[in-house]
Amino acid sequence: MSGQTQSDPAEPVIVNLGPQHPSTHGVFRIKVALDGERVQDAEMIIGYLHRSMEKLAEERTYTQNIPFTDRIDYLAAMTNNLAYCMAVEKLAGVEVPPRAQAIRILFAELQRIASHAMANGTFANDCGAWQTPLFHMFRERERVLDMFEMTCGARLTTNYMRIGGVAFDLPDELLPTLREFLHDMPEKIGEYHDLLVGNEILVARGRDVGKISAEAAINASLSGPMLRGSGVPWDLRKADPYCGYEHLDFDVPVGRNGDCYDRFLVRMEEVKQSVRILDQLVDNIPGGPWLTAVPLHLQAPIGEAYARVESPRGELGFYVVSDGGPVPYRFHCRPPSLINLTALREMTIGGTLADAIVTLGSIDIVVGEIDR
Amino acid sequence: MTAILDPGAIAPRLEAAVPGSVRSRDGGALTLQPESLDAAIRFLRDDPELDLVCLAQLTAVDWETHFELVYHLQSLDLNHLLLCKTVALDHEAPHVPSLTPIYRGALLQERELFDLMGIHFDGHPDLRRMFLWDGFPGHPLRKDFMGMPGTLRAGLPGFPHESGVNAWPVPGSVSAPGAPPARPGGAPSRPQGPQT
Repeated sequence: MSGQTQSDPAEPVIVNLGPQHPSTHGVFRIKVALDGERVQDAEMIIGYLHRSMEKLAEERTYTQNIPFTDRIDYLAAMTNNLAYCMAVEKLAGVEVPPRAQAIRILFAELQRIASHAMANGTFANDCGAWQTPLFHMFRERERVLDMFEMTCGARLTTNYMRIGGVAFDLPDELLPTLREFLHDMPEKIGEYHDLLVGNEILVARGRDVGKISAEAAINASLSGPMLRGSGVPWDLRKADPYCGYEHLDFDVPVGRNGDCYDRFLVRMEEVKQSVRILDQLVDNIPGGPWLTAVPLHLQAPIGEAYARVESPRGELGFYVVSDGGPVPYRFHCRPPSLINLTALREMTIGGTLADAIVTLGSIDIVVGEIDR
Repeated sequence: MTAILDPGAIAPRLEAAVPGSVRSRDGGALTLQPESLDAAIRFLRDDPELDLVCLAQLTAVDWETHFELVYHLQSLDLNHLLLCKTVALDHEAPHVPSLTPIYRGALLQERELFDLMGIHFDGHPDLRRMFLWDGFPGHPLRKDFMGMPGTLRAGLPGFPHESGVNAWPVPGSVSAPGAPPARPGGAPSRPQGPQT
């Protein structure tokens, strides 16, 4: 297949992007057929990180499966914990106390800030703003991870949510730290806007690159910033509120052109909205228990449940089927990263190779979630 | 709040538009006949009152005698969700029509099910293995695939193509790529309790 040794100049050159390449954000490989600099065809090859979690989960109890969800999307472990616990709660009819609901939103939004910091930082990387914005954003991500650590002892794979609530109550030092963080955030966000929004590099590399129309985005089941970047105001926190998002005041930012730059802007704006949500929440966390008493070896009644949340990458859903036994009969994760890649081929064909890198960066994939 | 559509209310309309398309309407799900799946889903998508323009989620469940395909269809403008199902009755060589001509979003989700469950989607433009390599024996998410030792639900002791030897295959070790795994003759189709 190596086209470089071919004598026929019309033969496309096949280039492998990845699996080990900084711009593929993990072990993800795209095989592109190039005519000069233009992409003629792009085929993604995945499975390098496949751990068969759905099979493993069918052999472990409902509670034992929570740590798997951390490792599905390791950049948004809290959100994944939440979605899975919500699915099991729906299946088993477990009520979650109000304090746990508030704590769940709190950590889901902190996780969104951390995840979008990573997404936008690496997107700037892919555009050519090498490392500086990423490390600026890591500063804020670090503070979020410190808060995770002081609450549950882990920074990345948190394993914090439980069926019926959360594992631990908030430590005394968390809310002061969070208030300080929220006090600093507007200034930091302003700094990022000055640095990145309208930045010549990002506009030149992202504007009109990797475009997708609203109709095509809906038909391809895209979700999250990918869908909102195309101008569809669809956010599950508004459309199908869970954990009490309906009582919170926030906006759903949308893009206009559906290009990479718009997706970047949507993520920047969502960080602002997350700070807004946390501002409303930080002084209004209700008292009471943070975990309902649920048997450790929970046996859910026969049935099925699909619960979904708005993860930083889009609609994250868990479909759990019970046959009445101690383990789920079927455990399925609807991975937003994988489904958002449905449109990758269409978005990259006809553009340049360098644009394909930017397009992939704007999708914000997590390979753990693609491969599971 | 997303409204969950009642299949009992939709079934008569669908039956009028596409006769013989509804298999059952029990359990909160609208189960469709696989033969007329394409026309029925097109009706659900294009009907202005239903407007189910987005395939929110697609997966399958192995019920050991047959496979059940699960589709969550979503309307973004009207904000409602319909749980649709269909069945693949042949457990040895299951096949159902592909939804890729209707929803582009089915492309990778169907490929995943082909890879992990071995369900063939008729009309899918690119039905290949996705996570596992070509020639991997069997489909891991099937219930008769090997179970891990020491866990709560016991499966077969080894890979289906092997004769009692429990060893992980290596790429290239299987001579006939794509050949369906042979079912062991005397193996129980349902695990007989924990083997731990």
